[in-house]
Amino acid sequence: MKAWRSPGLWIPLVIVVILAAYPALTDKASTRETVFNVLLAIGLASSLNILLGYTGYVSFGHIVFFGLGGYAGFYLIDVLGWNLLPAALVGGAVAGSIALLLGLAILRLRGAYFALATIGILEAMKALVINMDFLGGPTGMELNFQVYKDYGGAGQMLWTVYWAVAAIALIAVFLSFNVKLSKFGLGLMAIREDEDAAEVMGVVAQRAKAYAYVLSAILPGILGTLFFFKQGVIEPGSAFRLHMSIELLVMVMLGGAGTVLGPILGAGVYQVLRVSLLTSDVALLGLRIRDIQLAVAGLLLLLIVLFIPSGAIGWLRSRSNVLRRVLE
Amino acid sequence: MMLEVKNVTKHFGGLTAVNDVSFDLQEGQILGLIGPNGAGKTTLFNCINSVYPLSGGTVTFRGRQLNGLKTYQVAHLGMARTHQIVRPLNELTVRQNTVVGACFGRHGHTLRAAEKIADEVLDFVGLAARAGMPAGSLNVAQKKRLELARALCAQPYLLLLDEVLAGLNPSEVVNMVAIIRKIRAQGISIIMIEHIMHAIMNLSDRVIVLNYGSLIAQGTPDEVSQNEEVIQAYLGDPDLAERLLEEERA
Repeated sequence: MKAWRSPGLWIPLVIVVILAAYPALTDKASTRETVFNVLLAIGLASSLNILLGYTGYVSFGHIVFFGLGGYAGFYLIDVLGWNLLPAALVGGAVAGSIALLLGLAILRLRGAYFALATIGILEAMKALVINMDFLGGPTGMELNFQVYKDYGGAGQMLWTVYWAVAAIALIAVFLSFNVKLSKFGLGLMAIREDEDAAEVMGVVAQRAKAYAYVLSAILPGILGTLFFFKQGVIEPGSAFRLHMSIELLVMVMLGGAGTVLGPILGAGVYQVLRVSLLTSDVALLGLRIRDIQLAVAGLLLLLIVLFIPSGAIGWLRSRSNVLRRVLE
Repeated sequence: MMLEVKNVTKHFGGLTAVNDVSFDLQEGQILGLIGPNGAGKTTLFNCINSVYPLSGGTVTFRGRQLNGLKTYQVAHLGMARTHQIVRPLNELTVRQNTVVGACFGRHGHTLRAAEKIADEVLDFVGLAARAGMPAGSLNVAQKKRLELARALCAQPYLLLLDEVLAGLNPSEVVNMVAIIRKIRAQGISIIMIEHIMHAIMNLSDRVIVLNYGSLIAQGTPDEVSQNEEVIQAYLGDPDLAERLLEEERA
């Protein structure tokens, strides 16, 4: 396959593999947790990039698929006693199916109207889940700790979920690259640049957008199951966090929307920044500021949009022809 | 018959932009579409390739009625167009722009086949040297050629050209006219909107004239240029003009 020889594919894959292998070599729990968060963010941001970067549709509520997949998988494991792997796959399928239904409805909207609709959907889903008693309503669900015994105890389970998330991150990057270099991806980018002109050229925009939306929802659904299985508890407030959605947006924009490497870089930089801000005591006039990382995220987003709308990788690509050939 | 337009009407609210227009296009011909600014020429194009739903009438393309089809379906049937105000996919390269045309046009080629066609067409319109540049970095003349290249990549039966000569300098016009002749020689039928009279009179097999949304004349270029009503539409009332001239002399 020609694609395997392309540096645009193996550079990001090698980066993710090295990143994922690092905690196994050092064997420190805190390192693993940091890298876990980065890998999770890579999977989510690369998925969002298919919609935001390639298709040009800004979703402020993309985390809804993470939450829905999480709930679906959690329910299967907790109530029906399923194994993690099939539950996670069903979590992805549920997220993808709901994306298809929602997409057919809201992808007719463009620009700011679409973005607003995605926020509305996130909040509506949250309200819906709060009112569903079989999903635990507002208090959510809690796993019986005994479940972890099937996975070799809590300690071993953490590694299992870690490797699963790493695998999904790799798949997300692989998918992102292949979409970008496919005919389907070319159609998406044509839609991003000028949807009406694309339709005049024969791109079936409504269908392509729906596929892109579904594709960008499946992996977050799987990641949702994995994440909340590891947490051992799921509740509406943690499953449908608007600010997490916006953080994803910042990662994609920071690294470079519409590039394969961008979301990886953005996820890494933002997560490291977030952790260092969370663990340092930032104080203003003697007052400790909570959630300072969100203020920084907002500021970053503003600066990116104003000064480097194409993000770090997009900027590098525009600087030199060599980099354009090497980085996708 | 390549295209039959029958009693096509388009209203926007109370405004009738195209009023009961009928004409035919034979296979392999170039049909010139002229008329003063605001006559409804581009609107007529938008009616023909289903960008706008018709308020009345029918458009039949190679024996198939287009009413109710989406614009991408019309593209798949083999009709391609350029835009008066160029619409390049700015962030994509010139080559990618043309590959889009070939991938999603009449044949729906695979990426690899489309790339081959794209390279041939870029060579044909003289943009091969710019293939790797972002489309947004081209100048106006190059963007017009890119519009044309994109439409050609779809390998259409019918090409709608909306002022591909406007904004070009005289030598660029000569270039473009030569390209259009070559396209016709490949057997592609063309309808072209144009304001540059010597070009359209030279290229067209037949010419139709729109004024205030209505068809006021059709025929060979010679017939149309002699037509009283056409002269009036372009220059105003000839009698009045003559009287004003005489007054000036007196």
